[in-house]
Amino acid sequence: MNPTDHSNSSDQGFFGKFAGTQATNEFLKGLWRDNPVFVQVLGMCPTLAVSNSAINALSMGLATTFVVTMSNMLISLLRNFIPKQVRIASYVLIIATFVTIIDYAIQAISIDIHKSLGAFIALIVVNCVILGRAEAFASKNPVGYSILDGLGMGLGFTFALFCIGSVREILGSGSLLGFNFMPEAFEKWVIMVLPAGGFFTLAMWLLIFNGYKLKKASHE
Amino acid sequence: MNNESLWSIFINASLINNFVLATFLGICPFLGVSGKMETATKMGAAVTFVMVISSACAYGIHALLTAIQAPFLELISFIVVIASTVQLVEMFIKKVSPALFNALGIFLPLITTNCAVLAVALFQTSKGYNLPQSLIYSFGGGAGFTLALVLMAGIREQLEFSEVNGLVKGTALVLFVAGILSLSFMGFAGLGG
Repeated sequence: MNPTDHSNSSDQGFFGKFAGTQATNEFLKGLWRDNPVFVQVLGMCPTLAVSNSAINALSMGLATTFVVTMSNMLISLLRNFIPKQVRIASYVLIIATFVTIIDYAIQAISIDIHKSLGAFIALIVVNCVILGRAEAFASKNPVGYSILDGLGMGLGFTFALFCIGSVREILGSGSLLGFNFMPEAFEKWVIMVLPAGGFFTLAMWLLIFNGYKLKKASHE
Repeated sequence: MNNESLWSIFINASLINNFVLATFLGICPFLGVSGKMETATKMGAAVTFVMVISSACAYGIHALLTAIQAPFLELISFIVVIASTVQLVEMFIKKVSPALFNALGIFLPLITTNCAVLAVALFQTSKGYNLPQSLIYSFGGGAGFTLALVLMAGIREQLEFSEVNGLVKGTALVLFVAGILSLSFMGFAGLGG
């Protein structure tokens, strides 16, 4: 029995040569080939809203990773008990529970991060990446694979957020993770930390990915 | 308690802090259903309706949960209320206009996961709005969402006729346009006091 719809033996992705076993494949696909932000274009709201600095982007990404992994695990365990008609409502409830947990956990770890992320921690509930994985993967696959899938997707999401966040922080505040390293003469691009900068940065990354895909397609 | 006037709340929610273009809420439907003007306006109306209903419910829930001292249940109850309101709207639209139901497609049930709707419920609680203020806030948010969607749909309908490089086509192009729209919305800052 094939535990996934995505596995494709003819795939020649970036991690193609490592994807020998099913388990590594489930984990790695979220990082690159099915990256939730750059390839599937899901979960745009937190992606754009909290990526104004690299540290915000990282903490948001890790919080989302926790929620998507835990909810994938629980949903996969319960997949034979949840009636089909009420599955979406049940998934949302499970996700909301884990978000409440991480919300209180972040408050306990660092009040500063909690303040700068604001309502967007609670809004992890409505991140389409998480519900998407629950519906498309965890509800059909065994526990082990679901956990790996959640971890991979979460880390892929974190990676994408970090890409966007670091570009915006370097150009917008002249620093990375809070360390100033730009020369004095560097004029800050204030626009990059404003909402419009988020749209532009994400658009630029998508252009790079599109260019890569087009180039690969023309080679084949 | 918060003493902002209803008018300034409305202007704030719809223009200055426009949900889509200034606070990045509801980006998924904004990118997904802004292709055609007709669907955009109707999607906007549906979202506004859900927002106002769930805002009223959220006000009641918040009062109740404060009374029984269980604030940790807030998020879970909000999302349940929103999901049921969306279900109601879905059944209503399916009955009244099957054509619109097909046009909105997957994005109709996805209103549940539209962060703008949940954000209205969360923000009005954290700002301490009373019932009329909450209702105006949710209505302003919905109006701003519709405005952004309609603006984007108008631009995208025009873009259909222009030749675009294959590299930029698709989501990247829409994001560039959204960035420019967002820039122009910054001009509203300071309006309404």
